[in-house]
Amino acid sequence: MIQFFNNVVSWLPELLAATPLTLTLTLVAGICGLVFGTLLALARLSDSLVLSMPAGIFMFVMRGTPLLVQLYLIYYGLGQILPGTWVRHSFLWPYLRDGFSYAVIALSMNQAAYNGEVLRGAIRSVPKGQIEASVAIGMTSFQVLTRVRLPLAFRDCLPVLTSDIIILLKSTALVSTITVLELMGTARMIQRESLQIYEPLIACGLVYFAVVIVLTNIMRPIESRLTRFRRGNT
Amino acid sequence: MKIKENHKTVPETALSVRNIHKSFGDEEVLKGISFDANSGDVISIIGSSGSGKSTLLRCINFLERPDSGEVAVAGEVIRTHRAKDGLQYPSDKHQLKQMRARLGMVFQNFNLWAHRTVLENIIEGPVQVLKHSRKKAVAEAEIFMDKVGITQKRDQYPSQLSGGQQQRVAIARALAMHPTVMLFDEPTSALDPELVSEVVQVIRQLAVEKRTMIMVTHEMALAREISSHLIFLHNGRIEEQGPPDVIMENPKSDRLRQFVGKF
Repeated sequence: MIQFFNNVVSWLPELLAATPLTLTLTLVAGICGLVFGTLLALARLSDSLVLSMPAGIFMFVMRGTPLLVQLYLIYYGLGQILPGTWVRHSFLWPYLRDGFSYAVIALSMNQAAYNGEVLRGAIRSVPKGQIEASVAIGMTSFQVLTRVRLPLAFRDCLPVLTSDIIILLKSTALVSTITVLELMGTARMIQRESLQIYEPLIACGLVYFAVVIVLTNIMRPIESRLTRFRRGNT
Repeated sequence: MKIKENHKTVPETALSVRNIHKSFGDEEVLKGISFDANSGDVISIIGSSGSGKSTLLRCINFLERPDSGEVAVAGEVIRTHRAKDGLQYPSDKHQLKQMRARLGMVFQNFNLWAHRTVLENIIEGPVQVLKHSRKKAVAEAEIFMDKVGITQKRDQYPSQLSGGQQQRVAIARALAMHPTVMLFDEPTSALDPELVSEVVQVIRQLAVEKRTMIMVTHEMALAREISSHLIFLHNGRIEEQGPPDVIMENPKSDRLRQFVGKF
């Protein structure tokens, strides 16, 4: 039994060394997802069918299919097609040779779809009166968007966005299947090399758990700071 | 004879509303409304609910787009064009924004920006719309916060304030834009009875300062006290208008007699 725990602990340094890659994936896909998700939400809410329809279809498809399927399609699909095109000779190629880029693309698209759906609801629920006050004072539509609608919408759905980030963090484990040696990928490599089945997995789970706790504790003060305007006496 | 230096002898027209029509679906809410407000006038618009008072006020700054008719602020007409559907639309977005900035609106439900503090609410317009420096905007905001008696609350959020306090902030926010005309849309209707007086006091003070104001209100006592002119709206038309004392004492139309009788 003690041997078992010692084994678990012994894999931690190696796994911790892979953690930055997991965090990078989460951070990059999280930011890209938020930016594109915002654009998706705005496109979805647009009066123009040319914008709202494609955005709607994209979100529907991304949310309706497993991330693993998307990951494979992008990695094997795009990875097959791109080398035969101009991309092969462009500045992008060095980045598109390894699994990491495809992982980021797939995770970002998936995250964008989820964030977009949440933000769409939040943007719609911004009180009409506050928008009218902005219009009446002479703001441009862009100012109304960036000064009032988006700030209120983001604050409104911050808890959901936070939990989406945590789901994203755990989803990054899937990219180990397309050769990215992040936390999960490293754990599987250790499994193969050491022929231990449970110890690397348990160590890997512990690291994920620790990261989630740290992340939650980073987000909590941000959340409470951004939503302090709600704490009133009325 | 002494000549006042700061005032023109001929009062200038601050706001001119010409033949405003507005329908919602088949229902014609405004059937051709015209009136003028000279600089320093306080015009109260009264009438039973559904008479089109609020719609009229919202048509002045195009929060509600009038189907036809003309609005001019200090002589400058808000430019519109007639579209194929027979209705008119603002032609020049930029001009419309400038005109809106000159029409300070105070809403029934305050509509303060919930994510901004009192001070931030007040400086938002001057900084973002008038492009004043933040420093200048804050310095001015302090004057207006003092004026409406909200200085101690400057770093609080709207949710931390009572209705009366929120409405006073909203008035300060409108004042900070140095509007040519102030538009009040039932400014006391959403307030608890005991909070009405603190807002009324502020509005009364503004009237004393000779600010040009158009006010839709149910506060008949206030309307009578501070207005230079009263407009009684009924079924989308101006049924009667004139100095408040004359109108309230000797209503000519049955409608107004009935309406005044209720108070």
